[in-house]
Amino acid sequence: MLRSSASLVLSCLLLASCQKETEVERANREKILLIGNGNDPKALDPHLVTGVPESKVIGAIFEGLVGDDPESDTAYPPGAATSWTHNPDYTSWTFHLRPDARWSDNLAPVVAQDFVFAYHRLLHPDLAGPYAEMLYFLKNAEDYNKNHRSIILARAGLIPGVSEAQAKTFNLEGLPDKTIKDDLGKSPKWPELSEPNRRRLAVNKGLDALDRPALNWILESPDSRFDWPADSLPEQRIALLTALAAKAADPTATPAVEAEDLFELAKVGATSPDDYTLQVDLREPVPYLPGITRHYTWFPVPRHVVLQWGKISDRFTPWSEARHIVGNGPFKMKSWKLNDSVEVVKNPIYWDAANVKLNGLKFYPIENYYSETRAFLAGQLHTTYQVPPDLVDRIKKEYPQYLRQEPYVSTSFVRFNVTRPGLDNVKIRQALSLAINRKDICDTILEGYTPAGTITPAMGDYKPAQIAVYDLEKAKAMLAEAGYPDGRGPDGNGLKFSLLIRGGGSQAVSEAMQSMWKKIGVTVDIRRMDFGSYISAQQNLDFDIAIAGWTGDYLDPTTFLLMWTEGNGNNNTGWHSAKFEGLLHEAAIQTDPSQRLAMFAQAEQLLMEEAPIAPFAFQARNYLHRPEVKGWHPLLLDNHPYSAVRIDP
Amino acid sequence: MIKNLLSRFLQGLVVMFVLFTITFFLVKAMPGGPFQSEKAIPAHIKAKIEAYYGLDKPMGVQYLKLLANYLKGDPGLSLRLEGRPVTQIIGEAFPVSFQLGVVAMSIALLVGIPSGCIAAAKKNGLLDVGSMGFAMVGVCLPSFVIGPVLAETFGRSLKWFPAMGWNASSPQTWILPAITLGLGTAAYVSRLTRAGMIETLSQDFVRTAKAKGVPGWKILIRHCLRGGLIPAVAYIGPAFAGIVSGSVVIESIFQIPGMGRHFIKAIETRDSSVLIASVLLYGALVILANLFSDIAGVWLNPRLRSGKN
Repeated sequence: MLRSSASLVLSCLLLASCQKETEVERANREKILLIGNGNDPKALDPHLVTGVPESKVIGAIFEGLVGDDPESDTAYPPGAATSWTHNPDYTSWTFHLRPDARWSDNLAPVVAQDFVFAYHRLLHPDLAGPYAEMLYFLKNAEDYNKNHRSIILARAGLIPGVSEAQAKTFNLEGLPDKTIKDDLGKSPKWPELSEPNRRRLAVNKGLDALDRPALNWILESPDSRFDWPADSLPEQRIALLTALAAKAADPTATPAVEAEDLFELAKVGATSPDDYTLQVDLREPVPYLPGITRHYTWFPVPRHVVLQWGKISDRFTPWSEARHIVGNGPFKMKSWKLNDSVEVVKNPIYWDAANVKLNGLKFYPIENYYSETRAFLAGQLHTTYQVPPDLVDRIKKEYPQYLRQEPYVSTSFVRFNVTRPGLDNVKIRQALSLAINRKDICDTILEGYTPAGTITPAMGDYKPAQIAVYDLEKAKAMLAEAGYPDGRGPDGNGLKFSLLIRGGGSQAVSEAMQSMWKKIGVTVDIRRMDFGSYISAQQNLDFDIAIAGWTGDYLDPTTFLLMWTEGNGNNNTGWHSAKFEGLLHEAAIQTDPSQRLAMFAQAEQLLMEEAPIAPFAFQARNYLHRPEVKGWHPLLLDNHPYSAVRIDP
Repeated sequence: MIKNLLSRFLQGLVVMFVLFTITFFLVKAMPGGPFQSEKAIPAHIKAKIEAYYGLDKPMGVQYLKLLANYLKGDPGLSLRLEGRPVTQIIGEAFPVSFQLGVVAMSIALLVGIPSGCIAAAKKNGLLDVGSMGFAMVGVCLPSFVIGPVLAETFGRSLKWFPAMGWNASSPQTWILPAITLGLGTAAYVSRLTRAGMIETLSQDFVRTAKAKGVPGWKILIRHCLRGGLIPAVAYIGPAFAGIVSGSVVIESIFQIPGMGRHFIKAIETRDSSVLIASVLLYGALVILANLFSDIAGVWLNPRLRSGKN
């Protein structure tokens, strides 16, 4: 044992001295791009993931309707679709698919039905795709995804005597998400509902899953939370329940709909009039739809492969394993070794394969950005994910030829919990926001970032005014106005809050804020938590102030503004405003693009004045990139089309 | 001996059961859950995903179900890397950690034992002070200092070895991480060997051998090494278990697809499936390693053999 180890060590040293060609040099020869990808994908199935590392890999092996332009965020080159048209109010779109596109297994062409199938699958209530919301632009998609069976069945005229509007007021499966847990789980109002029945309701399976006594109780008990409208007739209730509870209710009653899956019935706005035409109907005008379709939630999946391995609603089947997955992108999967690398190779039957210059890509899941930077400098990577902020200065001096500093649609902000005493006062929130010296933070700590006076970064034609700015005197005046001159309240006690940050997050930023707020007499304790606790503290509103960030999914203000509405899972401030939501709604139905943006600007202004958040920095991407990799230009969403990248040493 | 082994095995099972129970309830007591990210998953979808994994069941039911699955040998699916069986994740990562651990341990023994012996033989001499000084440095310097220094020097500047990456069949990729991992252990082994050797060298039989004119090196190796290694061997067993179960620091510095990163990620993301399985694996390794240590101790030290004392 010892002897063999010793000889091993010796042979290693010998081998090492022979190593002349670096990995990058070899990759240059083989035309393989070596990329730091931050993290491993959670999965390869576009319907089960939500993150950025996934989008890079999925973007290489799949292709959406509209392509990415290597140089411009707002150009829409053709992708799986060669052309598209829309009606004047942007609610109805027709995509014409290219006839020469085939799936990478060469067993089937890419047809419109594959897109419809993909949307059907992601929206399927039983699949529970975490990012189904991205498809709610489609007409009726939300009802189908949330399994609002009463509404769907009533709309289809399958519940005798019950209209769609009535079904909505009956409020059956459509219980607001928040009440599901609170009321169904604990409420003493549900004594007769057995535990399994409650749980079935809580997972929103619809009434199908309830047994007869439970249904009777819902129908008859005065304690039922299903507050039947006063004017509803008993026969309407019975019709509704029999229609809904196709299986569990009275077995002798004829169920209106036997089918489990209501996709067809729900009339979701995605249809395929023929193999190469995709018809998309939206619930509101979406002038920026081509940009949306570049997100992986809008990509097609190979029907023939998914169904070969299981049902449409099966969460995991071997179809998305690295060795089976089939895509329509410029590359196809080669291998995936966890915590090591994901490899893709050129897909020879991609429709534009002649213009794809790379033979493959290798994605490395490197979370330690110091190691990543070192590996890059040692010649092991072409492109890194991120340079640690404290190394940027040194890299600037020693390796300026590699450093890239580019804007990114991502904003760092402070989140206030407006349900906490003190922070429920808008003046105090404004004072805290005014006291943040954004320029100082960006200049000294967040290298390359720029001061943010609003949550949405400038994108395309949308250039919001920078409202939340640093003004120490005004901050002090604001505190005094709020009844806290120098941070001291009427009772003589100083204002004191805790500041929540994420382990691995920027300690320096939190300390800078601590000292900035000290200047207006506000004391802040820093609470550092691991990722899981940090997220759950915010979701449970169990914090005072938190440092957070948000990255846009597409280039439209909605990706930054919709989250501040009531009940949105990403709001986590306790703040909401009817006026704000009114503005967003007006913008949503507005068909004139410039009017629309003006309304968003108004909404943004309101948000900044109410200050449930205080944005402080627009993020930048600092990363290293080798000059021989061409066709890689600054892009706001950082989605570089790998088909346009070439290695030219 | 057989009876002893059997009782140790049963004790081990009890320990594993307790470990399983404690880990299960500790994970579940942590705030937050596995299905949360920067972008919140809507409640109606989250509830379904939880139901898919049986996380909507009462705690007691979940516990019994998982216990039953473990008895059947099925630790379930990962919650972080959705859809992947835990056995597959550990099946990929453990061989890497094990291989790295074996190389690191070999380095530790190759450096530690000879240097300890020499230090003992030349007690208070220059070699002793030198090697013990080195050992002290090895004990004190944490791997998050040694690792980057080695990677920076031999990886980036000199380009002798890759600065990151792991390839099971390419020894170049083993060297830097194995040295980083093995150095601390080497230092301990060296100090323990020195202490053991010094004690043995002061025994009467050594004086007798010397009087009979046996050469110094022969006394050291033939007569003393076996006794002198006893303290080191008691340490090596548990240390080996620690080394092969993965080190998040070294795996993150050198990009090694081992157990350590899965373990830390599982804690961060409340991936109870991977976490419980890793803890149990580590527990089993410690139990086994201790057992081997004890057996080796008995073999090295005849005084411990029953009936002969």
